[in-house]
Amino acid sequence: MIHSLFIINPSGDVFMEKHWKSVISRSVCDYFFDHQRKASSPEDIPPVIATPHHYLISVYRSSMFFVAVCTTEVAPLFVVEFLHRVVDTFEDYFSECTESIIKEHYVVVYELLDEMLDNGFPLATESNILKELIKPPNILRTIANTVTGKSNVSSTLPSGQLSNIPWRRTGVKYTNNEAYFDMIEEVDAIIDKSGSTVCAEIQGYIDCCIKLSGMPDLSLSFVNPRLFDDVSFHPCVRFKRWESERVLSFIPPDGNFRLMSYHIGSQSIVAIPVYVRHSLCLRESGSGGRLDITLGPKQTLGRTIENVVLEIPMPKSVLNCGLVTNQGKYTFDPVSKLLVWEVGRIDVTKLPNIRGTISLQSGSPPVEANPSINVS
Amino acid sequence: MLDSNKDNLKLEAMKRIIGMVAKGREASDLFPAVVKNVVSKNIEVKKLVYVYLVRYAEEQQDLALLSISTFQRALKDPNQLIRASALRVLSSIRVTMIVPIVMLAIKDAAADMSPYVRKTAAHAIPKLYSLDQDQKEELIQVLEKLLYDKTTLVVGSAVMAFEEVCPERIDLIHKNFRKLCSLLVDVDEWGQVVIINMLTRYARSQFTDPNLQDVDEDEESKRPFYEDENEVDEEQQEKRAPTLDPDHRLLLRSAKPLLQSRNAAVVLSVAQLYHHTAPRSEVHQVAKAMIRLLRSHREVQDIVLTSIAATATRRKVMFEPFLKSFFVRSSDATHIKLLKLEILTSLATESSVGIILRELQTYVAAHDPPFVAAAIQAIGRCASNIKEVTDTCLNGLVSLLSNKDQAVVAESVVVIKKLLQTQPSAHREIIIQMAKLVDSVTVPQARASILWLLGEYSERVPKIAPDVLRKMAKTFTSEEDIVKLQVMTLAVKLCLTNPKQTKLLCQYVLQLAKYDQNYDLRDRARFLRHIIFPADAESGGPTRLSKQAKKIFLAPKPAPVPESHFKDREQFQLGSLSHYINTKANGYQELPPFPLEAPDPKARDVETEPQVMEQAPLFTAKKVSSKKDSKFYSDTESPEDESEEDENSSDEDDDDDEEEEDSSSDKDEEEDDNEDEESSGLEEKLPKKVVKSNAKPKSDEEEEEDESDEDDSSSESVSDSDSEDESSEPSSVPKKQTRNAKPAKESTPVVKPKSNLDLLLDLDDVSPAFTPIMTPSLGGFLTPMSTPSSQVKTQLFPDIQV
Repeated sequence: MIHSLFIINPSGDVFMEKHWKSVISRSVCDYFFDHQRKASSPEDIPPVIATPHHYLISVYRSSMFFVAVCTTEVAPLFVVEFLHRVVDTFEDYFSECTESIIKEHYVVVYELLDEMLDNGFPLATESNILKELIKPPNILRTIANTVTGKSNVSSTLPSGQLSNIPWRRTGVKYTNNEAYFDMIEEVDAIIDKSGSTVCAEIQGYIDCCIKLSGMPDLSLSFVNPRLFDDVSFHPCVRFKRWESERVLSFIPPDGNFRLMSYHIGSQSIVAIPVYVRHSLCLRESGSGGRLDITLGPKQTLGRTIENVVLEIPMPKSVLNCGLVTNQGKYTFDPVSKLLVWEVGRIDVTKLPNIRGTISLQSGSPPVEANPSINVS
Repeated sequence: MLDSNKDNLKLEAMKRIIGMVAKGREASDLFPAVVKNVVSKNIEVKKLVYVYLVRYAEEQQDLALLSISTFQRALKDPNQLIRASALRVLSSIRVTMIVPIVMLAIKDAAADMSPYVRKTAAHAIPKLYSLDQDQKEELIQVLEKLLYDKTTLVVGSAVMAFEEVCPERIDLIHKNFRKLCSLLVDVDEWGQVVIINMLTRYARSQFTDPNLQDVDEDEESKRPFYEDENEVDEEQQEKRAPTLDPDHRLLLRSAKPLLQSRNAAVVLSVAQLYHHTAPRSEVHQVAKAMIRLLRSHREVQDIVLTSIAATATRRKVMFEPFLKSFFVRSSDATHIKLLKLEILTSLATESSVGIILRELQTYVAAHDPPFVAAAIQAIGRCASNIKEVTDTCLNGLVSLLSNKDQAVVAESVVVIKKLLQTQPSAHREIIIQMAKLVDSVTVPQARASILWLLGEYSERVPKIAPDVLRKMAKTFTSEEDIVKLQVMTLAVKLCLTNPKQTKLLCQYVLQLAKYDQNYDLRDRARFLRHIIFPADAESGGPTRLSKQAKKIFLAPKPAPVPESHFKDREQFQLGSLSHYINTKANGYQELPPFPLEAPDPKARDVETEPQVMEQAPLFTAKKVSSKKDSKFYSDTESPEDESEEDENSSDEDDDDDEEEEDSSSDKDEEEDDNEDEESSGLEEKLPKKVVKSNAKPKSDEEEEEDESDEDDSSSESVSDSDSEDESSEPSSVPKKQTRNAKPAKESTPVVKPKSNLDLLLDLDDVSPAFTPIMTPSLGGFLTPMSTPSSQVKTQLFPDIQV
């Protein structure tokens, strides 16, 4: 299965490598660099690269490439999914996953990789189990370790791996038992020039932070479960119970995890909370282009809309933007040509607006169409 | 530092060495110093030494042997974790000399009582196999034993080892097939993927093709309307259902819940299982789940889209309802956009083509050149696949000809050329317009296309064509090769249809080509000259070839059929690496075709038929309450059964009646639990909101728990557990102090923190006897099977009690 893993930073240095079977020279990454050079952006690198003897399967997360090397047939999604799980675990351990963090904690990283994969096959990937095997670093423990000379490798056996509930360790105890549920819903919509919705869908997640003692068995029911078009669950959820009663019944892992994600598709009507009135013209002549965008609320059921961010990927010929906003701040990155306007809260009485001029590179070919606008 | 006595110093040194290893620097000269520390008491040092050993043992074989005895000792350690890690490292050391030792260790570990160690043993099998292929037979024996294992932890790894060592020994699976199916939902995600892939192959070799009877209905699947298809299938299903082998049905049914897994790899492997083995009417069930994966990471999207693109060429109807999910977002990466376009065009039908074309129109205005080009090609494909819209598409493309972007114009020219070939009738204006473009278009591909078009249909534009040729002759030397070739073709064709005006020009062009740098051009020029102007070479009138010249050059050419380039991927298993790269990868196992005659299904019957058959449902039938129960018993696991989760009390009573006398206390308690469950099963009402753009944390929703109820239940349970005669652990962890923040819980607070298995293990630590104590309850606790509850009648197994 997975033979080796190389972690590559944006400048193209292999700063960590790990081999689970025999050692593969890092020169195999040259094939990857070839593709990297060809691709215009990191996202454009194909996730699977076939080389004469190896197959490179890579994911791009937090501006690092995780390149797994395989030699034989393997389900590519298997590897991709595993690499993402590795990054998730790092994020879980170090709260963020950057190059410097990985370099700083290389020992923990190496131990983690060693536990997660045996001979190229995943061994323990549940963070509850891993945390028992290898304690996540924190400042307090680091100090304690240096004083007492203790290690951050646990000497006790991971009971969860062996129990019937592989995602939860036994003997959890809290003085305050509490459980938090976050519901996150994302509306994805494609809206055409005239403002009518081409397609819209909702993607929702339920993230939990559960701090309960013992082996709690929870059940969660919904007022209207029929709304869900499609759902996916954490392995702790009992499929059968959901199928028969539409009740989520589960023994949660300890700590943070994503309980379920659901999808409400294009069949049901999706209300879009904001509308955008825009006028944007980019011309070659004289002062360049003009931009005028107004945002407004729409079908919000009386709620205020907060944290609105507007992103416009500008065409290559745009040099700079001189804009004035009546609310929020805007930034324009001349390298990526991305205009970001952080609006914040939408006030119904005074609709946020951004207007101004855009300077274009002289001599560049005129832009045919207006760029699309992403609102989030 | 490594020689120091202090663990701290050693640890620090080891950390630095590992740092070097991680960065890929050479650290092998430290081997002797490091290997000494394998005996270190400090677990972290030990662990790091292991990591180092695995990395460098191959290079320093002799020295590595020094460490072997340590591992052998560790293999007998009472702590299962140490046993497992010793085996892991031992088998990872790639030194041929230790093969017999590893073999022995694997055999021991495969009979170990800890499932974790057995799992490690399963992992070690392929390692040893890759080290020494001669051990295969012996390894298969061990593997066979492991495949019989009923622990969810082990089977995934065992099947993985099976795939690597002896994928051809499908006979080993027979007896385990039903067990694998029933345990499938509870195996860890990675094991699920491997098992499903293996079972797909198994199904292909053991079951007959469920679609065999309706081979003649292949046309049916191409029928445009989804509803029709459905109706047909429903009718069909009735006829077909009984023909499906019950085991085949079991496999499909047990895999289905996994479509809701969070792991994309699992979902896709179920999808391919359905794609390759399910009756046609059931395949569409997987579409929804595959669409969901499109919301995942970019890499996942890419692979899933590739699979969908391949599927969509054959099963259009499957993804038609989800057409809009394939609309391109501006934030998608280019290769994802291209895949989506591919799918959109494959899915286009008369009814949906309108929407698709409208989308494509928008895409043409995008800022991503390869994407725009693909969009224009997609329009071309739609146009040629669906006759009704050809004209509209053509008009649209022609309007693109006036686009300011060179690339767009060039691409549309090429596509129009292809389209015109399919129906050359009466498109004179378009050809004229294209001819005008010769002056402005610079992209060679497009110029060549225009020239070809003019040559082919020169009789429709008799005035323009010679003129264009004149212009091209002038600039001939500065053109690209591909254009030059087309100029020659044009010249020859015109020369044949209109020799009066163009013969001289043609000669001129050929003369120029004769002295071109490119040898292809020179060859072509010579070849053409001899056909058209044979007099140059020999005197004596037109040869036979030149008489036929008109037929040769002006023969009607078949129009190209734009096809999806995903069409030829059918030969590979969906979702496999070979499928993705469209070449056979190393170690790819071909999917066998369905056998015409199903092999004897009896092979799957296990000798101890009643037991195994009944055990499978037993695992799954034990659910919530039995899980709780198990914590009240200590190591003696009494696997009394319960009906389904949604038990009704009458069922329950029946069960209990059948139960033996000695478990009457269990029964009481069980009932208590059930009552509690029903009464206090707290339900949190989460108001579903349809639209919310931002995250809204909801906290502490579960405060409304009725406290008195909780107290009752816990006190009851406490008394229950006290009454248990053999409860070796004080099980009633008082839960009452946490009264004010009662979470959503049933009577579980009373559980003792240790599961029965842990108790087992604790016992084991005292005396490391390798008695094969197997707890039959290890398996599928959590997720229930899709076995209908009627089948899950209550079975009692007092004999399994240890």
